[in-house]
Amino acid sequence: MTGPAATDADADAVDAVISARALARTFSAPGRTVEAVRGVDLTVRRGEIFGFLGPNGAGKTTTISMLCTLLRPTSGEARVAGHDVVTEPHEVRRNIGLVFQDPSLDERLTARENMVFHAMLYGVPRRLREERIETLLTLVSLAERADDLVRTFSGGMKRRLEIARGLLHRPALLFLDEPTLGLDPQTRNLMWEYILKLQQEHNITLFLTTHYMDEAEHCDRIAVMDQGRIIALDTPRALKAGVGHDRVEIDAPDAPAVGRHLKERYGVEARVNGAGLSFQVKDGAAFLPRLFAEPGLDIERVEVHRPTLEDVFLALTGKQIRDAAPDLFANIKAGARRGR
Amino acid sequence: MNPSQTRHNLMGIYTIWLRDVRRFVRDRPRMIGSLAQPTLFLLVLGTGLGHGLVKGTARAGGGEGYMAFIFPGIVAMTILFTSAFSAISVIWDREVGFLKEVLVAPVARWAVTVGKVLGGATVAVAQGCIMLLLAPLAGVSLGPVTLVTLLPVMFLVAFAMTAMGLAAAARMRSMQGFTVIMNFMVLPIFFLSGAMFPLEGLPTWMEVLVHADPLTYGVDALRGVTAGTFDRPPLADLGVMAAFGAGMLGLSVLAFSREG
Repeated sequence: MTGPAATDADADAVDAVISARALARTFSAPGRTVEAVRGVDLTVRRGEIFGFLGPNGAGKTTTISMLCTLLRPTSGEARVAGHDVVTEPHEVRRNIGLVFQDPSLDERLTARENMVFHAMLYGVPRRLREERIETLLTLVSLAERADDLVRTFSGGMKRRLEIARGLLHRPALLFLDEPTLGLDPQTRNLMWEYILKLQQEHNITLFLTTHYMDEAEHCDRIAVMDQGRIIALDTPRALKAGVGHDRVEIDAPDAPAVGRHLKERYGVEARVNGAGLSFQVKDGAAFLPRLFAEPGLDIERVEVHRPTLEDVFLALTGKQIRDAAPDLFANIKAGARRGR
Repeated sequence: MNPSQTRHNLMGIYTIWLRDVRRFVRDRPRMIGSLAQPTLFLLVLGTGLGHGLVKGTARAGGGEGYMAFIFPGIVAMTILFTSAFSAISVIWDREVGFLKEVLVAPVARWAVTVGKVLGGATVAVAQGCIMLLLAPLAGVSLGPVTLVTLLPVMFLVAFAMTAMGLAAAARMRSMQGFTVIMNFMVLPIFFLSGAMFPLEGLPTWMEVLVHADPLTYGVDALRGVTAGTFDRPPLADLGVMAAFGAGMLGLSVLAFSREG
Protein backbone atom coordinates (compact mmCIF):
# COMPACT_ATOMS: atom_id res chain seq x y z
CA MET A 1 0.00 0.00 0.00
CA THR A 2 3.08 2.25 -0.04
CA GLY A 3 3.64 2.39 -3.77
CA PRO A 4 2.59 5.26 -5.99
CA ALA A 5 -0.39 3.18 -7.05
CA ALA A 6 -2.05 3.66 -3.68
CA THR A 7 -5.39 5.32 -4.19
CA ASP A 8 -7.97 7.00 -2.03
CA ALA A 9 -9.90 3.78 -1.84
CA ASP A 10 -6.85 1.99 -0.44
CA ALA A 11 -6.35 4.68 2.16
CA ASP A 12 -9.98 4.32 3.10
CA ALA A 13 -9.64 0.58 3.43
CA VAL A 14 -6.66 0.89 5.75
CA ASP A 15 -8.47 3.19 8.10
CA ALA A 16 -11.83 1.46 7.75
CA VAL A 17 -13.62 0.08 10.78
CA ILE A 18 -16.38 -1.28 8.60
CA SER A 19 -16.02 -2.21 4.98
CA ALA A 20 -18.83 -4.00 3.23
CA ARG A 21 -18.86 -5.05 -0.42
CA ALA A 22 -22.01 -6.09 -2.24
CA LEU A 23 -23.52 -7.24 1.02
CA ALA A 24 -26.89 -8.86 0.43
CA ARG A 25 -29.46 -10.83 2.33
CA THR A 26 -32.52 -12.61 1.06
CA PHE A 27 -35.21 -14.11 3.25
CA SER A 28 -37.16 -17.01 1.86
CA ALA A 29 -40.59 -17.90 3.04
CA PRO A 30 -42.73 -20.54 1.36
CA GLY A 31 -44.00 -19.04 -1.85
CA ARG A 32 -41.98 -15.84 -1.81
CA THR A 33 -38.55 -14.42 -1.26
CA VAL A 34 -37.79 -11.02 0.14
CA GLU A 35 -34.60 -9.25 -0.85
CA ALA A 36 -34.11 -7.29 2.35
CA VAL A 37 -30.66 -6.02 1.46
CA ARG A 38 -29.65 -5.85 -2.20
CA GLY A 39 -25.95 -5.20 -2.34
CA VAL A 40 -24.64 -2.66 0.12
CA ASP A 41 -21.20 -1.06 -0.27
CA LEU A 42 -20.11 0.81 2.77
CA THR A 43 -16.94 2.11 4.35
CA VAL A 44 -16.96 3.57 7.83
CA ARG A 45 -13.75 5.28 8.91
CA ARG A 46 -12.18 5.04 12.31
CA GLY A 47 -13.42 7.65 14.75
CA GLU A 48 -16.36 8.94 12.76
CA ILE A 49 -20.00 9.16 13.74
CA PHE A 50 -21.88 7.38 11.03
CA GLY A 51 -25.65 7.71 10.76
CA PHE A 52 -27.93 5.20 9.10
CA LEU A 53 -31.30 6.56 8.00
CA GLY A 54 -34.16 5.02 6.16
CA PRO A 55 -37.84 4.21 6.36
CA ASN A 56 -39.01 1.10 8.14
CA GLY A 57 -38.34 -2.01 6.13
CA ALA A 58 -35.52 -0.33 4.24
CA GLY A 59 -33.10 -3.02 5.38
CA LYS A 60 -31.28 -1.08 8.10
CA THR A 61 -31.76 -3.66 10.81
CA THR A 62 -30.86 -6.51 8.46
CA THR A 63 -27.67 -4.71 7.46
CA ILE A 64 -26.70 -4.04 11.07
CA SER A 65 -27.50 -7.63 12.02
CA MET A 66 -25.09 -8.86 9.35
CA LEU A 67 -22.39 -6.43 10.48
CA CYS A 68 -22.88 -7.63 14.08
CA THR A 69 -22.61 -11.29 13.00
CA LEU A 70 -26.16 -12.01 14.12
CA LEU A 71 -27.22 -12.81 10.57
CA ARG A 72 -25.24 -14.47 7.77
CA PRO A 73 -25.15 -12.57 4.50
CA THR A 74 -26.62 -14.41 1.50
CA SER A 75 -23.81 -12.95 -0.59
CA GLY A 76 -21.16 -10.29 -0.47
CA GLU A 77 -18.68 -9.74 2.31
CA ALA A 78 -18.04 -7.46 5.22
CA ARG A 79 -15.12 -6.82 7.51
CA VAL A 80 -15.69 -5.18 10.85
CA ALA A 81 -12.76 -4.04 12.98
CA GLY A 82 -10.49 -5.94 10.63
CA HIS A 83 -12.28 -9.28 10.88
CA ASP A 84 -14.56 -11.11 8.51
CA VAL A 85 -18.13 -11.27 9.84
CA VAL A 86 -18.68 -14.78 8.53
CA THR A 87 -15.42 -16.55 9.27
CA GLU A 88 -14.36 -14.70 12.44
CA PRO A 89 -17.60 -13.82 14.22
CA HIS A 90 -16.16 -14.02 17.74
CA GLU A 91 -13.32 -11.65 16.85
CA VAL A 92 -15.83 -9.21 15.42
CA ARG A 93 -18.04 -9.48 18.49
CA ARG A 94 -15.16 -8.81 20.84
CA ASN A 95 -14.47 -5.56 18.99
CA ILE A 96 -17.95 -4.13 18.79
CA GLY A 97 -20.39 -2.81 21.35
CA LEU A 98 -24.12 -2.98 20.79
CA VAL A 99 -26.90 -0.88 22.19
CA PHE A 100 -30.17 -2.29 21.01
CA GLN A 101 -33.39 -0.50 20.31
CA ASP A 102 -35.13 -2.60 22.98
CA PRO A 103 -33.58 -2.90 26.42
CA SER A 104 -31.42 -5.96 27.01
CA LEU A 105 -30.62 -5.67 30.71
CA ASP A 106 -31.31 -8.15 33.48
CA GLU A 107 -33.66 -6.03 35.55
CA ARG A 108 -33.38 -8.33 38.52
CA LEU A 109 -29.69 -7.68 38.83
CA THR A 110 -28.11 -4.41 39.93
CA ALA A 111 -26.43 -2.02 37.50
CA ARG A 112 -23.03 -3.19 38.69
CA GLU A 113 -23.97 -6.86 38.35
CA ASN A 114 -25.11 -6.26 34.78
CA MET A 115 -21.75 -4.66 34.09
CA VAL A 116 -19.80 -7.49 35.75
CA PHE A 117 -21.78 -10.09 33.80
CA HIS A 118 -20.89 -8.33 30.56
CA ALA A 119 -17.23 -7.95 31.53
CA MET A 120 -17.01 -11.67 32.22
CA LEU A 121 -18.75 -12.65 28.98
CA TYR A 122 -16.35 -10.47 27.01
CA GLY A 123 -13.30 -11.68 28.89
CA VAL A 124 -12.32 -8.37 30.51
CA PRO A 125 -9.56 -9.32 32.96
CA ARG A 126 -10.65 -9.27 36.57
CA ARG A 127 -8.07 -6.67 37.63
CA LEU A 128 -9.42 -4.16 35.09
CA ARG A 129 -13.06 -4.79 35.74
CA GLU A 130 -13.77 -2.81 38.85
CA GLU A 131 -12.01 0.35 37.78
CA ARG A 132 -13.53 0.37 34.31
CA ILE A 133 -17.00 -0.22 35.65
CA GLU A 134 -16.58 2.62 38.12
CA THR A 135 -15.28 4.99 35.44
CA LEU A 136 -18.04 4.20 32.97
CA LEU A 137 -20.83 4.38 35.53
CA THR A 138 -19.50 7.76 36.63
CA LEU A 139 -19.36 8.90 33.03
CA VAL A 140 -23.06 8.17 32.55
CA SER A 141 -23.91 9.53 36.03
CA LEU A 142 -25.02 6.21 37.45
CA ALA A 143 -22.25 5.65 40.02
CA GLU A 144 -24.59 6.45 42.90
CA ARG A 145 -27.15 3.92 41.70
CA ALA A 146 -24.62 1.20 40.90
CA ASP A 147 -25.96 -1.20 43.49
CA ASP A 148 -29.66 -0.65 42.87
CA LEU A 149 -31.70 -3.16 40.92
CA VAL A 150 -32.14 -2.09 37.30
CA ARG A 151 -35.87 -2.66 37.77
CA THR A 152 -35.99 0.64 39.69
CA PHE A 153 -34.38 2.66 36.85
CA SER A 154 -36.10 5.08 34.48
CA GLY A 155 -35.96 4.58 30.70
CA GLY A 156 -33.17 7.12 30.32
CA MET A 157 -31.11 5.54 33.09
CA LYS A 158 -31.45 2.11 31.51
CA ARG A 159 -30.33 3.42 28.16
CA ARG A 160 -27.33 5.13 29.77
CA LEU A 161 -26.43 1.91 31.54
CA GLU A 162 -26.62 0.03 28.25
CA ILE A 163 -24.31 2.53 26.58
CA ALA A 164 -21.84 2.24 29.46
CA ARG A 165 -22.08 -1.54 29.22
CA GLY A 166 -21.49 -1.44 25.47
CA LEU A 167 -18.18 0.34 26.07
CA LEU A 168 -16.97 -1.92 28.87
CA HIS A 169 -14.85 -4.17 26.68
CA ARG A 170 -13.33 -1.17 24.86
CA PRO A 171 -14.84 -1.83 21.45
CA ALA A 172 -13.43 -0.08 18.41
CA LEU A 173 -16.96 0.47 17.24
CA LEU A 174 -20.27 1.04 18.99
CA PHE A 175 -23.56 0.29 17.26
CA LEU A 176 -26.45 2.33 18.58
CA ASP A 177 -29.85 1.34 17.26
CA GLU A 178 -32.22 4.23 17.94
CA PRO A 179 -30.32 5.25 21.09
CA THR A 180 -32.88 7.83 22.18
CA LEU A 181 -36.12 6.30 20.97
CA GLY A 182 -38.93 6.77 23.43
CA LEU A 183 -37.03 9.22 25.61
CA ASP A 184 -38.34 12.72 26.30
CA PRO A 185 -36.57 15.61 24.52
CA GLN A 186 -34.65 16.69 27.60
CA THR A 187 -33.32 13.19 28.21
CA ARG A 188 -32.50 12.92 24.51
CA ASN A 189 -30.29 15.99 24.71
CA LEU A 190 -28.58 14.60 27.78
CA MET A 191 -28.02 11.27 26.06
CA TRP A 192 -26.36 13.05 23.18
CA GLU A 193 -24.08 14.91 25.53
CA TYR A 194 -23.02 11.53 26.91
CA ILE A 195 -22.63 9.98 23.51
CA LEU A 196 -20.46 12.79 22.18
CA LYS A 197 -18.42 12.87 25.38
CA LEU A 198 -17.81 9.12 25.16
CA GLN A 199 -16.94 9.35 21.51
CA GLN A 200 -14.32 11.99 22.23
CA GLU A 201 -12.85 10.38 25.33
CA HIS A 202 -12.62 6.90 23.87
CA ASN A 203 -12.07 7.91 20.26
CA ILE A 204 -14.43 5.20 19.11
CA THR A 205 -16.45 4.91 15.98
CA LEU A 206 -20.21 5.28 16.34
CA PHE A 207 -22.63 3.66 13.96
CA LEU A 208 -26.16 4.68 14.71
CA THR A 209 -29.67 4.59 13.37
CA THR A 210 -32.15 7.25 14.28
CA HIS A 211 -35.48 8.65 13.28
CA TYR A 212 -34.78 12.07 14.73
CA MET A 213 -33.43 14.43 12.11
CA ASP A 214 -31.86 16.77 14.65
CA GLU A 215 -29.84 13.80 15.88
CA ALA A 216 -28.70 12.94 12.41
CA GLU A 217 -27.11 16.38 12.31
CA HIS A 218 -24.57 15.15 14.87
CA CYS A 219 -23.25 12.62 12.38
CA ASP A 220 -20.10 13.11 10.34
CA ARG A 221 -21.63 11.15 7.49
CA ILE A 222 -25.04 9.75 6.76
CA ALA A 223 -26.16 6.85 4.63
CA VAL A 224 -29.77 6.88 3.49
CA MET A 225 -31.13 3.44 2.81
CA ASP A 226 -34.29 2.59 0.91
CA GLN A 227 -35.60 -0.68 -0.47
CA GLY A 228 -32.46 -2.60 0.42
CA ARG A 229 -30.00 -0.19 -1.16
CA ILE A 230 -27.97 2.77 -0.01
CA ILE A 231 -29.31 5.62 -2.14
CA ALA A 232 -27.16 8.41 -0.72
CA LEU A 233 -24.04 8.62 1.41
CA ASP A 234 -22.43 11.91 2.36
CA THR A 235 -22.00 14.54 5.05
CA PRO A 236 -25.26 16.10 6.28
CA ARG A 237 -24.17 19.36 4.69
CA ALA A 238 -23.49 17.86 1.28
CA LEU A 239 -26.71 15.90 1.39
CA LYS A 240 -28.66 19.05 2.10
CA ALA A 241 -26.83 20.94 -0.60
CA GLY A 242 -27.69 18.13 -2.98
CA VAL A 243 -31.38 18.71 -2.51
CA GLY A 244 -30.77 22.09 -4.01
CA HIS A 245 -33.14 24.84 -3.29
CA ASP A 246 -33.37 27.18 -0.35
CA ARG A 247 -36.72 28.69 0.42
CA VAL A 248 -36.63 32.50 0.65
CA GLU A 249 -39.38 34.58 2.24
CA ILE A 250 -39.56 38.32 1.70
CA ASP A 251 -41.78 40.97 3.23
CA ALA A 252 -42.26 43.98 0.98
CA PRO A 253 -44.85 46.80 0.92
CA ASP A 254 -45.40 46.12 -2.77
CA ALA A 255 -44.98 42.38 -2.87
CA PRO A 256 -46.53 41.87 -6.34
CA ALA A 257 -44.00 44.27 -7.83
CA VAL A 258 -41.12 42.34 -6.31
CA GLY A 259 -42.70 39.16 -7.61
CA ARG A 260 -42.90 40.54 -11.13
CA HIS A 261 -39.31 41.66 -10.94
CA LEU A 262 -38.14 38.22 -9.85
CA LYS A 263 -39.94 36.63 -12.75
CA GLU A 264 -38.68 39.06 -15.38
CA ARG A 265 -35.11 39.33 -14.21
CA TYR A 266 -34.38 35.84 -12.88
CA GLY A 267 -37.21 33.67 -14.13
CA VAL A 268 -38.09 32.78 -10.57
CA GLU A 269 -41.71 32.01 -9.83
CA ALA A 270 -42.72 33.57 -6.50
CA ARG A 271 -45.90 33.05 -4.53
CA VAL A 272 -47.41 36.29 -3.28
CA ASN A 273 -49.34 36.34 -0.10
CA GLY A 274 -50.42 39.86 0.95
CA ALA A 275 -47.29 41.79 1.87
CA GLY A 276 -45.16 38.66 1.79
CA LEU A 277 -43.84 36.42 -0.94
CA SER A 278 -41.85 33.24 -1.02
CA PHE A 279 -39.81 31.52 -3.67
CA GLN A 280 -37.19 28.83 -4.13
CA VAL A 281 -33.69 29.51 -5.29
CA LYS A 282 -30.48 27.51 -5.60
CA ASP A 283 -28.32 29.37 -3.09
CA GLY A 284 -30.36 31.86 -1.10
CA ALA A 285 -27.47 33.38 0.78
CA ALA A 286 -25.68 34.26 -2.47
CA PHE A 287 -28.81 35.27 -4.34
CA LEU A 288 -30.09 37.88 -1.89
CA PRO A 289 -27.16 40.34 -2.01
CA ARG A 290 -27.60 40.47 -5.77
CA LEU A 291 -31.26 41.18 -5.33
CA PHE A 292 -30.59 43.92 -2.77
CA ALA A 293 -28.07 45.61 -5.05
CA GLU A 294 -30.77 46.30 -7.58
CA PRO A 295 -32.28 49.78 -7.37
CA GLY A 296 -35.94 50.47 -6.87
CA LEU A 297 -36.85 47.39 -4.86
CA ASP A 298 -38.34 48.09 -1.45
CA ILE A 299 -37.70 45.10 0.81
CA GLU A 300 -38.40 45.16 4.55
CA ARG A 301 -37.44 41.70 5.78
CA VAL A 302 -35.96 38.46 4.45
CA GLU A 303 -35.68 34.93 5.71
CA VAL A 304 -33.71 32.09 4.14
CA HIS A 305 -34.59 28.50 4.95
CA ARG A 306 -31.83 26.03 4.23
CA PRO A 307 -32.99 22.54 3.28
CA THR A 308 -33.20 20.27 6.30
CA LEU A 309 -32.37 16.58 6.45
CA GLU A 310 -36.12 16.18 6.52
CA ASP A 311 -36.19 17.66 3.00
CA VAL A 312 -33.31 15.39 1.99
CA PHE A 313 -35.15 12.36 3.25
CA LEU A 314 -38.32 13.38 1.47
CA ALA A 315 -36.51 14.10 -1.78
CA LEU A 316 -34.64 10.81 -1.73
CA THR A 317 -37.27 8.38 -0.51
CA GLY A 318 -40.49 10.20 -1.30
CA LYS A 319 -41.49 9.61 2.30
CA GLN A 320 -41.75 11.86 5.31
CA ILE A 321 -39.60 10.73 8.18
CA ARG A 322 -42.80 10.75 10.23
CA ASP A 323 -44.26 8.00 8.05
CA ALA A 324 -41.00 6.17 8.48
CA ALA A 325 -41.12 6.41 12.27
CA PRO A 326 -41.40 3.01 13.90
CA ASP A 327 -44.75 1.51 14.64
CA LEU A 328 -45.46 3.17 17.96
CA PHE A 329 -48.32 0.83 18.50
CA ALA A 330 -45.93 -2.13 18.33
CA ASN A 331 -43.81 -0.54 21.04
CA ILE A 332 -46.80 -0.05 23.26
CA LYS A 333 -47.75 -3.66 22.75
CA ALA A 334 -44.21 -4.80 23.49
CA GLY A 335 -44.24 -2.65 26.63
CA ALA A 336 -47.47 -4.22 27.78
CA ARG A 337 -46.00 -7.65 27.21
CA ARG A 338 -42.92 -6.84 29.20
CA GLY A 339 -44.90 -5.24 31.99
CA ARG A 340 -46.88 -8.36 32.62
CA MET B 1 -10.38 -23.85 18.04
CA ASN B 2 -7.64 -21.66 19.48
CA PRO B 3 -6.82 -21.71 23.21
CA SER B 4 -7.97 -18.14 23.82
CA GLN B 5 -11.40 -18.90 22.38
CA THR B 6 -11.59 -22.02 24.54
CA ARG B 7 -10.80 -19.91 27.59
CA HIS B 8 -13.51 -17.45 26.58
CA ASN B 9 -16.03 -20.25 26.20
CA LEU B 10 -15.20 -21.71 29.62
CA MET B 11 -15.51 -18.25 31.14
CA GLY B 12 -18.85 -17.89 29.35
CA ILE B 13 -20.12 -21.16 30.82
CA TYR B 14 -19.07 -20.02 34.29
CA THR B 15 -20.66 -16.57 33.85
CA ILE B 16 -24.01 -17.95 32.76
CA TRP B 17 -23.95 -20.58 35.49
CA LEU B 18 -23.12 -17.96 38.11
CA ARG B 19 -26.02 -15.73 37.12
CA ASP B 20 -28.55 -18.56 37.47
CA VAL B 21 -27.18 -19.63 40.83
CA ARG B 22 -27.04 -16.08 42.12
CA ARG B 23 -30.61 -15.39 41.11
CA PHE B 24 -31.74 -18.61 42.77
CA VAL B 25 -30.04 -17.72 46.04
CA ARG B 26 -31.67 -14.29 45.92
CA ASP B 27 -35.14 -15.64 45.20
CA ARG B 28 -36.24 -17.15 48.53
CA PRO B 29 -39.96 -17.38 47.72
CA ARG B 30 -39.19 -19.47 44.66
CA MET B 31 -36.92 -21.72 46.69
CA ILE B 32 -39.56 -22.33 49.34
CA GLY B 33 -42.45 -22.53 46.90
CA SER B 34 -40.89 -25.23 44.80
CA LEU B 35 -40.21 -27.36 47.88
CA ALA B 36 -43.79 -27.20 49.13
CA GLN B 37 -45.19 -29.63 46.58
CA PRO B 38 -42.70 -32.47 47.09
CA THR B 39 -42.96 -32.07 50.85
CA LEU B 40 -46.72 -32.37 50.59
CA PHE B 41 -46.37 -35.48 48.45
CA LEU B 42 -43.94 -37.07 50.86
CA LEU B 43 -45.76 -36.34 54.11
CA VAL B 44 -49.43 -36.44 53.13
CA LEU B 45 -49.45 -38.96 50.29
CA GLY B 46 -46.70 -40.96 51.95
CA THR B 47 -48.55 -41.23 55.23
CA GLY B 48 -52.00 -41.64 53.73
CA LEU B 49 -51.16 -44.14 51.02
CA GLY B 50 -48.75 -45.94 53.30
CA HIS B 51 -51.50 -46.67 55.80
CA GLY B 52 -53.91 -47.67 53.08
CA LEU B 53 -51.56 -50.17 51.49
CA VAL B 54 -51.96 -53.79 52.35
CA LYS B 55 -48.88 -55.22 53.97
CA GLY B 56 -46.95 -57.54 51.76
CA THR B 57 -46.68 -55.56 48.53
CA ALA B 58 -43.28 -56.81 47.56
CA ARG B 59 -41.02 -53.80 47.82
CA ALA B 60 -43.31 -50.96 48.79
CA GLY B 61 -43.65 -52.62 52.16
CA GLY B 62 -46.76 -50.83 53.35
CA GLY B 63 -47.13 -48.89 56.56
CA GLU B 64 -44.04 -46.89 57.48
CA GLY B 65 -41.95 -48.62 54.84
CA TYR B 66 -43.88 -46.84 52.08
CA MET B 67 -42.58 -43.42 53.01
CA ALA B 68 -39.04 -44.72 52.91
CA PHE B 69 -39.82 -46.30 49.52
CA ILE B 70 -41.08 -43.09 47.92
CA PHE B 71 -38.43 -40.88 49.51
CA PRO B 72 -35.92 -41.20 46.63
CA GLY B 73 -38.85 -40.75 44.24
CA ILE B 74 -39.74 -37.49 45.94
CA VAL B 75 -36.15 -36.30 45.65
CA ALA B 76 -36.33 -37.19 41.96
CA MET B 77 -39.60 -35.27 41.70
CA THR B 78 -38.04 -32.18 43.26
CA ILE B 79 -35.17 -32.35 40.81
CA LEU B 80 -37.48 -33.03 37.85
CA PHE B 81 -39.76 -30.08 38.53
CA THR B 82 -36.99 -27.62 39.32
CA SER B 83 -34.88 -28.73 36.36
CA ALA B 84 -37.59 -28.88 33.74
CA PHE B 85 -39.02 -25.48 34.65
CA SER B 86 -35.67 -23.76 35.12
CA ALA B 87 -35.51 -23.29 31.36
CA ILE B 88 -38.43 -20.87 31.59
CA SER B 89 -35.77 -18.27 32.42
CA VAL B 90 -34.64 -18.51 28.79
CA ILE B 91 -38.09 -17.53 27.58
CA TRP B 92 -38.23 -14.77 30.12
CA ASP B 93 -34.80 -13.53 29.04
CA ARG B 94 -35.91 -13.58 25.44
CA GLU B 95 -39.03 -11.59 26.25
CA VAL B 96 -37.22 -8.88 28.22
CA GLY B 97 -34.41 -8.76 25.67
CA PHE B 98 -31.61 -10.01 27.90
CA LEU B 99 -31.08 -13.14 25.82
CA LYS B 100 -29.77 -10.90 23.05
CA GLU B 101 -27.00 -9.65 25.30
CA VAL B 102 -25.94 -13.27 25.77
CA LEU B 103 -26.31 -14.30 22.14
CA VAL B 104 -24.17 -11.47 20.76
CA ALA B 105 -21.35 -12.09 23.22
CA PRO B 106 -18.14 -13.59 21.84
CA VAL B 107 -19.01 -16.94 23.39
CA ALA B 108 -19.91 -20.01 21.35
CA ARG B 109 -23.55 -21.07 21.42
CA TRP B 110 -22.67 -24.50 22.76
CA ALA B 111 -21.00 -22.81 25.72
CA VAL B 112 -24.06 -20.64 26.34
CA THR B 113 -26.21 -23.78 26.32
CA VAL B 114 -23.91 -25.75 28.60
CA GLY B 115 -23.77 -22.85 31.05
CA LYS B 116 -27.54 -22.70 31.09
CA VAL B 117 -27.91 -26.46 31.67
CA LEU B 118 -25.28 -26.48 34.42
CA GLY B 119 -26.95 -23.51 36.11
CA GLY B 120 -30.39 -25.11 36.09
CA ALA B 121 -28.97 -28.46 37.19
CA THR B 122 -27.06 -26.91 40.08
CA VAL B 123 -30.18 -25.17 41.35
CA ALA B 124 -32.15 -28.42 41.05
CA VAL B 125 -29.51 -30.37 42.96
CA ALA B 126 -29.56 -27.70 45.66
CA GLN B 127 -33.33 -28.13 45.94
CA GLY B 128 -32.89 -31.90 46.04
CA CYS B 129 -30.38 -31.53 48.86
CA ILE B 130 -32.84 -29.51 50.88
CA MET B 131 -35.33 -32.37 50.46
CA LEU B 132 -32.69 -34.75 51.79
CA LEU B 133 -33.08 -33.00 55.13
CA LEU B 134 -36.50 -34.70 55.39
CA ALA B 135 -34.90 -38.16 55.27
CA PRO B 136 -35.26 -38.80 59.02
CA LEU B 137 -39.00 -37.99 58.79
CA ALA B 138 -39.35 -40.64 56.09
CA GLY B 139 -37.43 -43.15 58.14
CA VAL B 140 -34.45 -43.13 55.81
CA SER B 141 -30.98 -42.89 57.27
CA LEU B 142 -28.32 -41.44 55.00
CA GLY B 143 -24.72 -42.15 55.91
CA PRO B 144 -21.86 -40.01 54.63
CA VAL B 145 -20.96 -42.56 51.94
CA THR B 146 -24.54 -42.67 50.70
CA LEU B 147 -24.66 -38.87 50.60
CA VAL B 148 -21.43 -38.60 48.65
CA THR B 149 -22.64 -41.22 46.16
CA LEU B 150 -26.04 -39.60 45.92
CA LEU B 151 -24.78 -36.17 44.83
CA PRO B 152 -23.37 -37.11 41.42
CA VAL B 153 -26.42 -39.28 40.71
CA MET B 154 -28.71 -36.38 41.58
CA PHE B 155 -26.63 -34.13 39.37
CA LEU B 156 -26.89 -36.50 36.43
CA VAL B 157 -30.68 -36.64 36.77
CA ALA B 158 -30.81 -32.85 37.10
CA PHE B 159 -28.58 -32.40 34.06
CA ALA B 160 -30.74 -34.64 31.88
CA MET B 161 -34.01 -33.03 32.95
CA THR B 162 -32.69 -29.46 32.61
CA ALA B 163 -31.41 -30.25 29.13
CA MET B 164 -34.88 -31.57 28.26
CA GLY B 165 -36.53 -28.36 29.49
CA LEU B 166 -34.03 -26.26 27.60
CA ALA B 167 -34.56 -28.18 24.38
CA ALA B 168 -38.25 -27.27 24.66
CA ALA B 169 -37.67 -23.66 25.75
CA ALA B 170 -35.17 -23.00 22.97
CA ARG B 171 -37.97 -23.37 20.45
CA MET B 172 -40.72 -21.58 22.33
CA ARG B 173 -41.64 -17.93 22.50
CA SER B 174 -44.36 -17.80 25.15
CA MET B 175 -44.14 -18.56 28.83
CA GLN B 176 -47.70 -19.87 28.96
CA GLY B 177 -47.01 -22.20 26.07
CA PHE B 178 -43.91 -23.50 27.77
CA THR B 179 -45.75 -24.09 31.06
CA VAL B 180 -48.50 -26.02 29.30
CA ILE B 181 -46.05 -28.18 27.35
CA MET B 182 -43.87 -28.84 30.38
CA ASN B 183 -46.81 -29.85 32.56
CA PHE B 184 -47.93 -32.12 29.76
CA MET B 185 -44.50 -33.76 29.77
CA VAL B 186 -43.43 -33.55 33.39
CA LEU B 187 -46.45 -35.18 35.04
CA PRO B 188 -46.39 -38.40 32.97
CA ILE B 189 -42.62 -38.53 33.38
CA PHE B 190 -43.09 -38.33 37.12
CA PHE B 191 -46.02 -40.77 37.36
CA LEU B 192 -44.44 -43.41 35.14
CA SER B 193 -41.02 -43.26 36.75
CA GLY B 194 -41.81 -45.56 39.65
CA ALA B 195 -41.36 -42.69 42.08
CA MET B 196 -44.62 -43.50 43.89
CA PHE B 197 -45.08 -47.24 43.31
CA PRO B 198 -42.99 -50.29 42.56
CA LEU B 199 -42.75 -51.19 38.88
CA GLU B 200 -43.79 -54.79 39.20
CA GLY B 201 -46.57 -56.78 37.61
CA LEU B 202 -47.72 -53.84 35.48
CA PRO B 203 -49.85 -54.33 32.34
CA THR B 204 -47.78 -54.44 29.16
CA TRP B 205 -48.85 -51.00 27.82
CA MET B 206 -47.70 -49.38 31.01
CA GLU B 207 -44.56 -51.48 31.13
CA VAL B 208 -43.64 -50.06 27.71
CA LEU B 209 -44.28 -46.48 28.80
CA VAL B 210 -42.35 -47.00 32.02
CA HIS B 211 -39.31 -48.13 30.10
CA ALA B 212 -39.59 -45.23 27.69
CA ASP B 213 -39.57 -42.79 30.60
CA PRO B 214 -36.02 -41.47 31.13
CA LEU B 215 -36.71 -40.69 34.77
CA THR B 216 -37.44 -44.39 35.49
CA TYR B 217 -33.69 -44.95 35.32
CA GLY B 218 -32.96 -41.91 37.46
CA VAL B 219 -35.39 -43.01 40.17
CA ASP B 220 -33.93 -46.52 40.13
CA ALA B 221 -30.43 -45.12 40.57
CA LEU B 222 -31.48 -42.81 43.41
CA ARG B 223 -33.41 -45.59 45.13
CA GLY B 224 -30.56 -47.99 44.57
CA VAL B 225 -28.13 -45.67 46.30
CA THR B 226 -30.41 -44.85 49.24
CA ALA B 227 -31.94 -48.32 49.78
CA GLY B 228 -29.25 -50.54 48.33
CA THR B 229 -31.35 -52.45 45.79
CA PHE B 230 -31.44 -51.69 42.07
CA ASP B 231 -34.00 -52.91 39.50
CA ARG B 232 -31.25 -53.02 36.86
CA PRO B 233 -27.48 -52.60 36.75
CA PRO B 234 -26.50 -49.18 38.14
CA LEU B 235 -24.35 -48.46 35.10
CA ALA B 236 -27.34 -49.06 32.83
CA ASP B 237 -29.35 -46.51 34.84
CA LEU B 238 -26.58 -43.93 34.69
CA GLY B 239 -25.87 -44.70 31.05
CA VAL B 240 -29.47 -44.08 29.99
CA MET B 241 -29.65 -40.81 31.96
CA ALA B 242 -26.35 -39.62 30.50
CA ALA B 243 -27.33 -40.55 26.95
CA PHE B 244 -30.73 -38.86 27.30
CA GLY B 245 -29.11 -35.74 28.78
CA ALA B 246 -26.51 -35.60 26.04
CA GLY B 247 -29.17 -35.98 23.35
CA MET B 248 -31.28 -33.17 24.81
CA LEU B 249 -28.23 -30.97 25.22
CA GLY B 250 -27.45 -31.56 21.55
CA LEU B 251 -30.97 -30.51 20.55
CA SER B 252 -30.67 -27.36 22.66
CA VAL B 253 -27.30 -26.42 21.17
CA LEU B 254 -28.76 -26.89 17.70
CA ALA B 255 -31.72 -24.65 18.47
CA PHE B 256 -29.60 -21.88 19.99
CA SER B 257 -27.07 -22.03 17.18
CA ARG B 258 -29.82 -21.20 14.73
CA GLU B 259 -31.16 -18.32 16.77
CA GLY B 260 -30.10 -14.89 15.48
